[in-house]
Amino acid sequence: MLVIKNLHANVEGKEILRGIDLEVKAGEIHAIMGPNGSGKSTLANVLAGNKSYEVTEGEIWFEGKNLLEMEPEERAREGVFLAFQYPIEIPGVTNATFLKTAINEKRKHLGQPELTPKEFLDLMKEKSKILGMDDTLISRSVNVGFSGGEKKRNEIFQLLMLNPKLAILDETDSGLDIDALKIVSNGVNIFHNEQNAVIVVTHYQRLLNYIVPDYVHVLSKGKIVKSGGKELALLLEEKGYDWINSEELETQKA
Amino acid sequence: MNQISIHNKTKDWYLSNLDIMLKKLNGKQNKFFNEFREEAVRRFRELNFPTRKDEEWKYTDVSPILEQNFVPSVFLKNPTLTIDDIKKYLFTGFDFYLATFINGIFVEELSDLDNLPKGVIVGSLNKLVNENTELLKNYLNKISNIDNIFNALNNIYALDGIVILTDEKVVVDKPIQILFLNGNTENQILSTPKNLIIAGKNSQLSVIMNYKGFGNFRYFTNSVTEVLIDDYAAVDYYKIQDEKDDSFHIEKIHAVQKNNSIFNQFNLSFGGNLVRNDINSYLNGEYNETHYYGLYLAKGKQHIDNHTFVDHAKPNCMSNELYKGILDDNARGVFNGKIIVRPNAQKTNAYQQNKSILLSGSSRVDTKPQLEIFADDVKCTHGATVGHLDEEAEFYIRSRGVPQELAKSILIRAFAYDVVEMIKIEELREQINHMIFEHLHRVEIQNQ
Repeated sequence: MLVIKNLHANVEGKEILRGIDLEVKAGEIHAIMGPNGSGKSTLANVLAGNKSYEVTEGEIWFEGKNLLEMEPEERAREGVFLAFQYPIEIPGVTNATFLKTAINEKRKHLGQPELTPKEFLDLMKEKSKILGMDDTLISRSVNVGFSGGEKKRNEIFQLLMLNPKLAILDETDSGLDIDALKIVSNGVNIFHNEQNAVIVVTHYQRLLNYIVPDYVHVLSKGKIVKSGGKELALLLEEKGYDWINSEELETQKA
Repeated sequence: MNQISIHNKTKDWYLSNLDIMLKKLNGKQNKFFNEFREEAVRRFRELNFPTRKDEEWKYTDVSPILEQNFVPSVFLKNPTLTIDDIKKYLFTGFDFYLATFINGIFVEELSDLDNLPKGVIVGSLNKLVNENTELLKNYLNKISNIDNIFNALNNIYALDGIVILTDEKVVVDKPIQILFLNGNTENQILSTPKNLIIAGKNSQLSVIMNYKGFGNFRYFTNSVTEVLIDDYAAVDYYKIQDEKDDSFHIEKIHAVQKNNSIFNQFNLSFGGNLVRNDINSYLNGEYNETHYYGLYLAKGKQHIDNHTFVDHAKPNCMSNELYKGILDDNARGVFNGKIIVRPNAQKTNAYQQNKSILLSGSSRVDTKPQLEIFADDVKCTHGATVGHLDEEAEFYIRSRGVPQELAKSILIRAFAYDVVEMIKIEELREQINHMIFEHLHRVEIQNQ
């Protein structure tokens, strides 16, 4: 589904990603872990097409198409979704208006008819129930007056509504208490199936107790320095990121 | 021709037309009009048209208005329009009383003022000045002075305007919509409505001053509105200016508040090539509340200048001002917000905010807060920002599959929202939202 080859990217002229290689297949969950500043969020933003990040080298292929040639909205319509670390507030635009606009743009792109008001409302009800969200939320402005946790929950709500092929979760666990974490994880697990894939970007192992990854990759200084199964996350939790750095050093020496 | 000689030539033009007008009216107008006209002529002669050297006009060059001769409306014939003709100019979808003015002259056939509650007068100044001279004498030109030559010009050529008077304890059940339709199909016209709104003690009213334009010729609307809000009265005043994009609009709104009153003033500016608003509130009593909500949208070569002035003369009042601007293409905005807290006005709360966004590289805004505080126990804050649409926010919206242009529209709506949401009439709020996109030629989001 997703193939990343030798990806390099800059932020404000500074090289953050220094040659990422990654392949994600349908049905898989990949976790990207790493210390602050390792390039995790940069990778997530580059995949979604954030112009603040400049790709200087490498390729990204999504379902056989060149992702780097697409605008952010085209990527979304092709099935890429990024759950933001810091979701944006949009006063005066309700969640309903926002999501209906987004869904219908995607349907237009796919040559499908627009959802009827009833279909849309039923969909909203079904998905908001999964996340235990209040009905009034639908008529509230996007993220306005939401707590940090509510904003993250709203990101997962959008994920369920838009039902993409590839979901990238950027630090979705930050700022969530354990109950909210369970609800949000449950939402992601309900979303996940054999036809789609999830990339979980996180600093901590905690979230991976609930969203269990098939693969864990450790990012350090803009490169994937270690890959493994879910047990790698536990090892990291136990030994800390310094352990990776020292091990990497050992490897380089040898 | 240099600037001064253009200014003098323009003065001559309006003065020479005055003689013709007086002959034409042939003493038929009320004596009261003649009295204030004499004073206005005297002031008009002694004042000069402003230049950029005048502090109050530092960012606004009025030359484009003076380079052409506008014919006072008294000399031109107004078109005969039907209710169907004017429907497209109205804000609709809610119940309202209607008074229509074409080039500042009341048109009874296009008005709907039947069934007004008892104790409310809504009508033509020209008519009421004859029927009720003594009453109007107490107010007209007593609330506001002639501050500049444009005010004097208004008083010289004023033939009519809207008068709204509410008695004590009257609550006007529906908003009063005043359509000021301006323009002419044969010549460049000067329209000079002179308006008066008096809210009696404990009364409540909501007025929509709706300025629209028509015709192929440029025109010049030069209006003065006086407002008096008596004890415990509440006035919602929506000024929605959507003149033709090639035309000129100058208005002074001067409000006096007595005690415990509320004044909600909306100044929503869409049209006009050169627009200048002077909006003043004199808080001449205690426990008054004044809210100013401004929204100005400008594109092409539009120039919109808003000068506001809140004068805290007495203790325990609150004023809150929020002005927001969206400027595109080569448009220019000016905001000058003056607040005076006089020595006696202790326990004043005065807030002011001006925020603008520039959608293009060549649009520009000049913003100037002006606070003069002479009392020590007061709370005053002000702030001004000028920026662009937030790129991170735009990315967020686009990352959900929304095209870039629509994403920008969503952000424009979000930016204007804290002004628009204060509009109490829901249907009006939606129409204003629609006008924002229409005016900026932006794609519109469909509401759920």
